[in-house]
Amino acid sequence: MLKDLVIPQNANAFVSKLGDILVKAIDQPLGYAINWGRIWSLWPVHIETACCSVEFGAASSPRYDVERFGIIEAFGSLRQCDLVVVQGTITRKMAPRLRLVYDQMPDPKYVIAMGACAITGGLYFDSYNVLPGIDGVLPVDVYVPGCPPRPETLIQGCMLLQEKIKCMQIR
Amino acid sequence: MNNEMPNKTEADHNKNVSQNNNSSKIIKNSADLPEFETNIANMLLDKFDKKLKIIFIKKNRIKVDVHKDNIVEIAKFINQNLKFDHAESVTGVDRPEQNEIEVVYHLGSYDPSISNQILALSTRTVRESIPNPGFDKTRLPSLRDVFYSVEFHERECFEMLGVYFENHPDNRRLLLPEDWADLPPLRKDFKIKGR
Amino acid sequence: MISKLPPGIKVEQKGDNDKIMTLNVGPQHPGSGHMRIIVKIDGDYIVSCDPDPGYVHRGEEKMAEYRNYITNIPHLERPVIHDSCNILYPYCLGVEEILGIEVPERAKYVRVIASELNRCVYTLYWLAIYGIFLGHSTMFMWPAGDRELLIDLLEKLSGARVTHAYFVPGGVRNDMPSNFEDVCLRQINYFEKRIKQYDSIFYSNPILKSRTINTGVLRQNDAIRLGSTGSVLRASGIDFDLRKKEPYDVYDNLDFQTNVLKSGDSYARSKIPWLDMLESCKIIRNALEKIPKSGSVRVKLKPNPKAGNVETYKRVESGRGSLGMYIISNGKPEPYRVKISVGSFRNLICLPYLLKGEKLGNMPAVYWSLNYWPVEADR
Ligand code: SF4
Repeated sequence: MLKDLVIPQNANAFVSKLGDILVKAIDQPLGYAINWGRIWSLWPVHIETACCSVEFGAASSPRYDVERFGIIEAFGSLRQCDLVVVQGTITRKMAPRLRLVYDQMPDPKYVIAMGACAITGGLYFDSYNVLPGIDGVLPVDVYVPGCPPRPETLIQGCMLLQEKIKCMQIR
Repeated sequence: MNNEMPNKTEADHNKNVSQNNNSSKIIKNSADLPEFETNIANMLLDKFDKKLKIIFIKKNRIKVDVHKDNIVEIAKFINQNLKFDHAESVTGVDRPEQNEIEVVYHLGSYDPSISNQILALSTRTVRESIPNPGFDKTRLPSLRDVFYSVEFHERECFEMLGVYFENHPDNRRLLLPEDWADLPPLRKDFKIKGR
Repeated sequence: MISKLPPGIKVEQKGDNDKIMTLNVGPQHPGSGHMRIIVKIDGDYIVSCDPDPGYVHRGEEKMAEYRNYITNIPHLERPVIHDSCNILYPYCLGVEEILGIEVPERAKYVRVIASELNRCVYTLYWLAIYGIFLGHSTMFMWPAGDRELLIDLLEKLSGARVTHAYFVPGGVRNDMPSNFEDVCLRQINYFEKRIKQYDSIFYSNPILKSRTINTGVLRQNDAIRLGSTGSVLRASGIDFDLRKKEPYDVYDNLDFQTNVLKSGDSYARSKIPWLDMLESCKIIRNALEKIPKSGSVRVKLKPNPKAGNVETYKRVESGRGSLGMYIISNGKPEPYRVKISVGSFRNLICLPYLLKGEKLGNMPAVYWSLNYWPVEADR
């Protein structure tokens, strides 16, 4: 099949398939290396949804310093990000925006649900404007419980995500 | 279920006021009423007599009930002569048993002489059992021209209880999602999940 | 060109307005926090601005009507979890008034200490974010690191890092641990030395000065007219601090002063909270001297306490200005209505006023100098 493609008439088709071919070719040997690169450069999007953002901020303070673990402070454009840390309550007004942010991010992308609110609605289980967890909005990789989770818990959640990425197939 | 409770509130208030009003137009300075606050209340009663009711006088707090037709006039007087210059909050209270929605303006002042005082100016409007915010009779005159600071508070009150403020420059939505199509959430007949 | 637009959507008129551009800042934007600011710009200058809060509106006031006076505590502190003592303060004062409880003397002092510590924790977080908004990374790291010292103290006191739920109607939840006073004094002395250094690294920084001095000037009469509060008000030259004007608990026994600056620009607004922190250190030291050495710290309430048909409006000075709670009771264990009147929401009205005519690049400097915490404003 490859041989058919590598002729001048099929150049366009070859280029369009190049991605697939490369992935197939390098999955086995280089997959580990690529995932290794990904886990040490997780860039979270700067989207704050509720009060858990206080502890997210504290996680990059000198005492906790998540940068040690390759998770960089939330700054930069969402087009260069590959991690959404959902920092707490998702209200009905925020949910479409959150999905929009997620859809605009390039693949591969990961989601951490931080705080009881993002997992089940937490304290606000009976509020009229709060979604009962974000499972209906985003596919979640790691749940970090707590109200708010201590920065150590968040760091542990991030490390769990890194473990998970290590075992993932590259896409 | 909670039928008699707000009625009782009303009765209590009436009792208070009638005590104050029956004896004379001006509230006597009795031992348990603080002097300074009583003077402010008397100034109001002097000027507007029948148009307002003093509901209570406590330390640093006065509550005045007025009819909605007079509220702008009275608010102007409070602003210009009594030096209350800003609104701290605008609270809508739903009272389904009396078929009324009460709106309370908590007015404060930055003038050093009365900066510890809060004057609560309350007024009432009709409550519709099937609300249609903005198009029904649940309306009040806006105080935005008198107290500029009520602008966002009144917007909030409109979406939370459906009280439309006439002459308010923009009665848009503030906190609720754009697609909110339910009852205004702070009405008592709006029930939250599982309760 | 679409001939018929859906209702509610307008196409901007061509003509002179054509060069005006509409820009959405937020909710995903490093310079906006949890809210959206719709700005119209002409070149680099802001023509008008329309804040759009409500992304964290969680219906606290409705929820409070379904819970009794004690179970209301945890969710009422969530709007500002890093200033939780101060947001519970007016609630506890109000409930104590309608239930007719007198708080023990020692509890009043413990409350003052906890609330001043919490004010510093809040202000440091705010300062850290203000630093990073202006691109000053050191000013993120320093306050965020120093904040942990005070968080340690509060953790000793209440057991939780930020959500303390420490104030309850009738006093505080538990007494101070045995060696708390010494530790607190030591930490506060160190902390005061530390924050004095902020002056040389942040407030005398020529870059900060050039970005904040004379931007977003709020004049005195406008500050009154717009009903602003807290540091915004005091930066505009009005001496109004509820701890002085309407002293609650034991603030009238403690000696401190309020800080007032005249200029009303972003620089003054960013400096007032820092001066307040120095004042807080004084208050804490003073309170540690005067606190009764023993005694109870809590009046136990009956389960499901009920109040009569009364209402109360209590306010305290929080990190963001005056914070009021309006509680109406109708004889049930649950309040009939709770209204939280917060400083952030009141200061929001200044934003369209201050940003008009300002450069777009100055927007974060002006916006965050309002001492604004969106979660609290939305409730
Ligand atoms: S989990 Fe707790 S701290 Fe986090 S957003 Fe929810 S209420 Fe706030």
